[in-house]
Amino acid sequence: MRQFTPTTEVDFVIIGSGAAGGIMAKQLSIAGLKVVVLEQGGWGKYGHEQDYTKDEWLNDNPNDADRLMSDPSRQRNTFRRSDKDKATAGSHSYGCVVGGGTVTYGGSSWRHLPYEFNEATHVGTIAGTGMADWPITYEEIEPYYTKAEWELGIAGQRVNSPFVAPMSQDYPVPPMPLKASGALFKVAASKLGLTVVEGAVAIISKPYMGRSGCVNCGMCSGFGCHVKARSSTAVTMIPAAIKSGNCEVRTNSYVREISTDATGRVTGVTYFDANKREIFQRAKAVVLSANAGESARLLLMSKSARFPNGLANSSGIVGKYLMLGGGASASGLLEHPLNDYKGIVTGAGIVDYVPSDPKRGFYGGGRMTARGFDTPINYALRGLLPGAPRWGAGYKKALQEEATHKMTVSCFVTQLPLETNRVDLDPEVKDDWGLPAMRITSTSHPDDIKNMEFFRQKSIEVLEAAGAKRIFAPPVGDSRGGAHNRGTCRMGNDPKTSVVNKFHRAHDVPNLFIVDGSNLVTGGRNHPTMTIQALAFRAAENIVKAAKAGTLTRL
Amino acid sequence: MSTPGSSRREFLINSVSGLGAAWVAANYSGILEAEEFVQQAARSGQPAKLQFFTPDQAAEVEAMAAQIIPTDGTPGAREARVINFIDRALVTFEKDQQPAYAQGLKDLDGQTKQLFPSASKFSALTSEQQIQVLTAMEKTPFFNLVRTHTVTGFFASPVHGGNQNKVGWKLVNYDDSLNFKPPFGYYDAQLMKSR
Repeated sequence: MRQFTPTTEVDFVIIGSGAAGGIMAKQLSIAGLKVVVLEQGGWGKYGHEQDYTKDEWLNDNPNDADRLMSDPSRQRNTFRRSDKDKATAGSHSYGCVVGGGTVTYGGSSWRHLPYEFNEATHVGTIAGTGMADWPITYEEIEPYYTKAEWELGIAGQRVNSPFVAPMSQDYPVPPMPLKASGALFKVAASKLGLTVVEGAVAIISKPYMGRSGCVNCGMCSGFGCHVKARSSTAVTMIPAAIKSGNCEVRTNSYVREISTDATGRVTGVTYFDANKREIFQRAKAVVLSANAGESARLLLMSKSARFPNGLANSSGIVGKYLMLGGGASASGLLEHPLNDYKGIVTGAGIVDYVPSDPKRGFYGGGRMTARGFDTPINYALRGLLPGAPRWGAGYKKALQEEATHKMTVSCFVTQLPLETNRVDLDPEVKDDWGLPAMRITSTSHPDDIKNMEFFRQKSIEVLEAAGAKRIFAPPVGDSRGGAHNRGTCRMGNDPKTSVVNKFHRAHDVPNLFIVDGSNLVTGGRNHPTMTIQALAFRAAENIVKAAKAGTLTRL
Repeated sequence: MSTPGSSRREFLINSVSGLGAAWVAANYSGILEAEEFVQQAARSGQPAKLQFFTPDQAAEVEAMAAQIIPTDGTPGAREARVINFIDRALVTFEKDQQPAYAQGLKDLDGQTKQLFPSASKFSALTSEQQIQVLTAMEKTPFFNLVRTHTVTGFFASPVHGGNQNKVGWKLVNYDDSLNFKPPFGYYDAQLMKSR
């Protein structure tokens, strides 16, 4: 791997190596630009993926070298529902390894639908919310969805449906096998007149671009993939970046500040290495791809005389319009075994309720997914339907009866962007590096809660139609954090109401680009990764053009 | 299981079927310590040497575990040797829970003697009496800790000391082959047939 000294001015420092950062690393480095990627996590099993453990207990109790997710006891964060509350210890966690969350995610890779880019026009602005159109249209981003699907390796089925985004090309690999839960979706859908679509997932169903097809091991979401079938950026993008000879990936590098000079230009990045030594890496430009939570926190920490409210924050909205992700679910027991522990997590979706429908009386929509995935320890500790005995002969009987017979309908739904929902710096709590902890303030809009309840009821209907005998639908609850956080550095044409322009360049800082889930203006139906990745390919193309044209440091 | 004279590595490969030799080779040093424990037990036919509990303490915890997942028509926590898992966990992953066990066992003794003043110890009670004691304790943090450890030991990979002969996985029809072809279950098989 090419190495650079911190005093060498590289073309780009990229902060983060995940869904977006991995793509930026590849696209910039293969264009001949010199890149240093700073990743706060380790390498994981990069280059020897066959060593990813499938041992549930070891995976749940990783040592520092094997850790794939951030640790809320070190990457501390706090949470409160509103400004009136004092924030308490939070459990927000995200992918923290080369490849970021794509190393362990379930892989759902749905595109946003065309109208999800202009919902303010399509369904109207909603008083008290930040509902707004994106500065780009579906037509502008469509080629980059295709590029992302083919470069990463997405399995799925191209369908012609008003509930699914239109595609200019097929998926590069066929859909993953339909699971029993997906077959039950089809049973229910035929009775209810609904549409089942096989999942679009970043997991390859057959060999593709030198990687093995999925073996349906079942130890999937939350685990690293030992056959490289999950199309994480660690196996699709980073190797090509390193091979280019223009990219160095520095792990265990925890960024504390993006530094600027008197003219307001970025000069580089200050970070802590594995030994918590402070290092300054010079760069002509910076790409921030640390995910919506951490990207906003880092900008807010990068204060200076010129940027007293944090970098790129003249609008005052850095960190605001946070969307953590909403959901609803119901589970039921079926007569025959599903064995859904085999294979990937999500095999199929019901998509008829994706659009918002004014007849419901609230804004909202979402995608219903079929699941039955459970690992043995998790199932036995937390997987039984409520009411089952917790120990003794009754507990053991319930374990036997429910095993492999449970199906869950898991819904991914809209969440309105609200100015009051945000990431900022906790005034008291510090992380393990002595930096202000991320503070999350979030309460969903009443429409979001009504939408969750709508999906809860629909989940029950689907399970009944599928023939479930006992059904349990937990009360809907508001989110506290997690991997789907979006919206804290929205893109837009107006510097007063957005942080970056339509090419991801910060309005206030010409040589700072922010490319990750933070840019999402509206949240779609809470499956953000594919849109983040399409945006990254589009952003990279424009950034390369700017670099070649010599316009990186001026607007 | 292992035969005397077979190499440790070979033993490991045999005992973690489904993961494959490559995985074992790669993780060899990491799981060696845990395996040492299991191997010892397998050779001697006796419970593995305790690392944290005294034999008396182990008997008490094992009696609790055996009420949490009892032995009936199918093996329970006792046959799964959950006690090996818990003892081992308390000197490794769960080291910080040592004081909770030290205090919890005292509380168990106290609860036992409160309900059955003439009893010598929890493990000496009849099964019905043990259930009475644990019912009185089932909301305590200690009971929940032992429950979590028992269930985890019963369903974690056998390399960690419990789930011997995969009795936990067999109970819930979990196949650890880690390599499957569709159809996976009943309903997808039905759908494939109808096409």
